[in-house]
Amino acid sequence: MVLGASRRRTGEAVIRALLFMAALLSVLTTVGIVFSLSAGTIAFFGDVGIGEFLTGTEWSPLFSDPKFGVLPLVTGTLLVTAIALVVAIPLGLGTAIYLAEYAKPRTRKILKPMIELLAGIPTIVFGYFALTYFTPAILNGLLGLDVPVFNALSAGIVMGFMVLPTVASISEDAMSAVPRSLREGAFGLGANKLQVSLRVVVPAALSGIVAAIVLGVSRAIGETMIVLVAAGQQPNLTFDPRESVETMTTFIAATAKGDIASGSTAYKTIFAVGMTLFLMTMAMNAIAIRFVRRYRQVYE
Amino acid sequence: MSASPSLRSVSGAARTKDVAFRIAMLACLTASALVLGLLIFDVMRDGLPKLNSALLSNFPSSQAARAGLQPALMGTIWLIAVCLVFIVPVGVATAVYLEEYADSSKWWNRLIEVNIQNLAAIPSIVYGILGLAFLVRGPLSLGRVVLAGGLTLGLLVLPVVIISGREAIRAVPPSIREGSMALGATQWQTIWKQVLPASIPGIATGVILALSRAIGETAPLIVVGAATFINFNPSGLVGDGGGFSALPIQIFNWISSPQEEFKQLAAAGIVLLLGVLVIMNGAAIYLRNRFENKW
Repeated sequence: MVLGASRRRTGEAVIRALLFMAALLSVLTTVGIVFSLSAGTIAFFGDVGIGEFLTGTEWSPLFSDPKFGVLPLVTGTLLVTAIALVVAIPLGLGTAIYLAEYAKPRTRKILKPMIELLAGIPTIVFGYFALTYFTPAILNGLLGLDVPVFNALSAGIVMGFMVLPTVASISEDAMSAVPRSLREGAFGLGANKLQVSLRVVVPAALSGIVAAIVLGVSRAIGETMIVLVAAGQQPNLTFDPRESVETMTTFIAATAKGDIASGSTAYKTIFAVGMTLFLMTMAMNAIAIRFVRRYRQVYE
Repeated sequence: MSASPSLRSVSGAARTKDVAFRIAMLACLTASALVLGLLIFDVMRDGLPKLNSALLSNFPSSQAARAGLQPALMGTIWLIAVCLVFIVPVGVATAVYLEEYADSSKWWNRLIEVNIQNLAAIPSIVYGILGLAFLVRGPLSLGRVVLAGGLTLGLLVLPVVIISGREAIRAVPPSIREGSMALGATQWQTIWKQVLPASIPGIATGVILALSRAIGETAPLIVVGAATFINFNPSGLVGDGGGFSALPIQIFNWISSPQEEFKQLAAAGIVLLLGVLVIMNGAAIYLRNRFENKW
């Protein structure tokens, strides 16, 4: 039996090693992402100066006289993200407050999945909606704004509704984690629901709410299809929401779509812009994780 | 919970504000419902008239009347199959490792955990760049084939499988493991014969949700090169028969066309896509409710 037992132990060790290797694959994915982005970015800076990339105000890498200033893509991304947040933050927080403070448990059980349904809709569908309905019927028709077919406003607002479930769901979790005793204390002092929600629950859940917003920002920055379909792809250095813009993600998608040669500078721009995007979303994510940790430490 | 009547009458203005606030919060929630409703209405109105068997069986064409999405549908089925074969073993193995073996006081295990959290937050297009640099070109140089597309989507949705798999495994009470070990089973025998069978519903739910995300992903597939005009069904994972389109890619190509007729085809494709997603999510909810173990 000694032999049997040791053979069994070898088998156990082999299985453990195999499982560990599977877990390691996720680390390798990150390493692969960082490596491919860095290699491409370093190669790109062999062709183009870092100064031109970071401070140039013109972006036309595929022209015969190419310009590689990334600023128009960054401002395009920030513009669409800002519009999305103007929609997603108030509506998302309002939804979260209603679900956490007002809705009865049964209504909440129905309403919360419905909000999360929005998060499950492929973003290409939101893009279609922005282009064929929101711009012509709502912006031009209902509001009479007279915007062109492709504009940042429509893409941004529709993206706001795509980001809304992220903001609502995470801030609702944070608000639900606020202990009942805090609410009861306030009610006991004669506060009404409005006062309890805004002066007790929201401040107590603030770090969770901030984390929700930061994650929302990160989703908005990384979103591709809505902007690709509805915002045009014009690298304009503008903050006018009625204009067509190009974001970092849409540039990557549009450039990779065309069949470009592996060694060309145009091919390398994909990686340089991808690196910029990656660093921005990782920074957002790191901030969010910090805030989430803070509210967990307080109440759980 | 409500204040006493005398208090209410004292602060009538506060009471009005309270009611107004409640209505405002409800309006926020209604806004999302309204947009969801409008979106479904818009897609149905444009797409339902075009959703017929010809759309499913025809090949892409420059004439809207004859255009269909058969290669895209087949491409999506191939992609999802590759994705499934990849994410189930890798995802479940990772979840088992992290829940049953990993000692979280070791730095490498904490690194794996933090890393999975981070992976879930990376924009999908960045996974496309990874696929382009490692699978399509670069070290593996597979070309624009089903295997490259399916693996890219697999890497993208792997965190979903791992996270839900871990929850399912964690939900199996320790007493089950202890009982099994006390009868002389090894750790792996316990996991294979007791823990995994008990957590299958939870794992299956996670896998379905992961696949339903993979089906709708467009951006990474564009980057790995699926957006070119494809007029044949995939016949293999790699090589000449490995070229593929996909449902969301076909929808995107039709949306990009300036002609109104193609936009209607795109809407029909979206109705099909949403229909598939509703069925998958319904299956996930059913599984979770029907087979959830009450310990």
